[in-house]
Amino acid sequence: MAEFFSGFLLPLIIIVLKILAITVPLLVAVAFMTYAERKIMGAMQLRQGPAIVGPFGLLQPFADGLKLFAKEQILPEGANRVVFYIAPMITFFLALVAWAVIPFDYGVVLSNINVGVLYLFAISSLGVYGIVMAGWASNSRYAFLGALRSAAQMVSYEVSMGLIIISVLLCVGSLNLTEIVRAQETIWFAIPLFPMFIMFFISALAETNRSPFDLPEGESELVAGFMVEYSSAPFALFFLGEYANMILMSAMTTILFLGGWLSPLPFAPFTWIPGVVWFALKIALCLFTFVWVRATMPRYRYDQLMRLGWKVFLPFSLFWVVLTAGVLVTFGWLPK
Amino acid sequence: MAFLDRAARSLFLTELVGGLALTLRYMFKPKVTLNYPYEKGPISSRFRGEHVLRRYANGEERCIACKLCEAVCPALAITIEAEPRDDGSRRTTRYDIDMTKCIYCGLCQEACPVDAVVMGPNFEFSTENREELFYNKQKLLANGDRWEAEIAQNLAAEAPYR
Amino acid sequence: MIIQGIAFYVFAALLVASGVMVISARNPVHSVLYLILAFFQAAGLCLLMGAEFVAMILVIVYVGAVAVLFLFVVMMLDINFRELRQGAMEVLPLGALIGLILLAELAAVLGGWIVAPGVDKLAAAPTPAIDAVSNTEALGRLMYTQYVYLFQACGIVLLIAMIGAIVLTLRHRAGVRKQNVGAQIARHRDDVVVIRKVTTGEGV
Repeated sequence: MAEFFSGFLLPLIIIVLKILAITVPLLVAVAFMTYAERKIMGAMQLRQGPAIVGPFGLLQPFADGLKLFAKEQILPEGANRVVFYIAPMITFFLALVAWAVIPFDYGVVLSNINVGVLYLFAISSLGVYGIVMAGWASNSRYAFLGALRSAAQMVSYEVSMGLIIISVLLCVGSLNLTEIVRAQETIWFAIPLFPMFIMFFISALAETNRSPFDLPEGESELVAGFMVEYSSAPFALFFLGEYANMILMSAMTTILFLGGWLSPLPFAPFTWIPGVVWFALKIALCLFTFVWVRATMPRYRYDQLMRLGWKVFLPFSLFWVVLTAGVLVTFGWLPK
Repeated sequence: MAFLDRAARSLFLTELVGGLALTLRYMFKPKVTLNYPYEKGPISSRFRGEHVLRRYANGEERCIACKLCEAVCPALAITIEAEPRDDGSRRTTRYDIDMTKCIYCGLCQEACPVDAVVMGPNFEFSTENREELFYNKQKLLANGDRWEAEIAQNLAAEAPYR
Repeated sequence: MIIQGIAFYVFAALLVASGVMVISARNPVHSVLYLILAFFQAAGLCLLMGAEFVAMILVIVYVGAVAVLFLFVVMMLDINFRELRQGAMEVLPLGALIGLILLAELAAVLGGWIVAPGVDKLAAAPTPAIDAVSNTEALGRLMYTQYVYLFQACGIVLLIAMIGAIVLTLRHRAGVRKQNVGAQIARHRDDVVVIRKVTTGEGV
């Protein structure tokens, strides 16, 4: 019995506690992300933003969440019940499960697997299923159109995203996320690979269906796109999943280009601050840019979106992979 | 040269950066909206809000039941019935305003010879059901007592222009 | 070890079950969804064997891209699958034959291990130990040295297939107005706006 406890039960409890230690702060971050988005967009549009619930409106996200969960659940006529309810769960689950491999500091990671980047890439490419299934199962034209748009859009931008990741991996020589961050100790990849950094961020906008690429949602012509038929808790799950995905993409940008938990300058006052704080600050910066872009840019037209993905990003990132490889080989900088 | 200039501009995303810089600049400007239920914008002394029926300083109601307001009301929102009182003066027995019909044109206020019916500064009188918006004489007089100070001030401010 | 065993049987059972559902589900969209589930189970089996690179690539390529396109097409097509299945009985013998051949081949390959235990030592490139070298590196070494020509040939076949698909579907239609973004951005006010003084009563 003691062996069962120490050999099986104890590790299980520790893992569950670790998972909770990641998930709970993440969900709180998602809640305050919605608040921060409304406040920042409000400020950029000379508005106040939420200011009633709690001091400075800080409790607004919890009021919204409570309201959503208290609402009536509606199953549309002719909808495919099982797929309809699985879709939001998939979106939410995928947004959380990807955090298993994110290193918050040196050694602070739930699962330090060898193919961390591929895992993240795989999870982010699965995100499309939640949306497609939601759109198909809703038995609604608007939702279906949103799902089709989303499927085409996310597959398109994954291609250039993959190539951008390859050009980073060429400089690292490993697929392990911790190794990727440690390879940036001399210089963050955002500087030598600056164009890739910008393109990765733009692809991340497209991958998370954020403005200016929010055509799957397209509230001006598709009402609310793939989630038009959703209400109450399933809708809340979509919402949480979308924002958790944004935070995940910001974390990916941080790890690949902004040096993860590394401090900006490798000497005294900066190195005193723990790496987790730097990591969180960099993610917050990326998230601010997400919101900033949303407050600035109008939505793309669909053909423009496809043109950007296939005719601009794909050739350019392919060219940059060749260029990176060429430079690394020429100067003998290839990592061992 | 123009070609190079254009190519450089699109390569360095100058338009995007310019747009982002603009929104960032606006972020630090003072806000133009108010925190409404706690802060309110200024209201003109000519503001036409909720109706009130006023009284004289001795407590006698001003309305003499001349029915000019009822006659002038373009929305037919006012209904008045009147009878002579025991002391011989002519007063209303019924003075109803249907606030759901009222178009807030202010003609009743203009028509009144004794400044009895006045549109006050109050604009927050929404109700939870329709019936509450059928105002009777009692409600209008109560409004008058409540807003007398502001209304007297507004009337004094407007007096030179009448 | 026990947990690994349990995991293997769970993955394997789900893989077979979802494989059966792929061909027996009435709704084609459900079939594709079961196919995706099957891919996942296969990826899980790869992970159990320590082949994490193959597992992730399976998920990225097949689930993330190929199955999305399947789903995309199947959702949009309005096919009556009952009608399609009506002719199935005629080709059933052929299908059964192919299935039998595949089964025999599998049996021959797997049976080889039992009949001649040393046969896996004859492989052209011996499998390196998992803890000595990561399987990403092992795969890379093999593909870019020993099998580099075959690998390049695969690439060329795919390239030709891609070009073929583009050639088959590319149509040049006359009279279509296309947006020229470059020209739109290059437009300048001085090129298109002329300001004239117009005297009254004379017109331009």
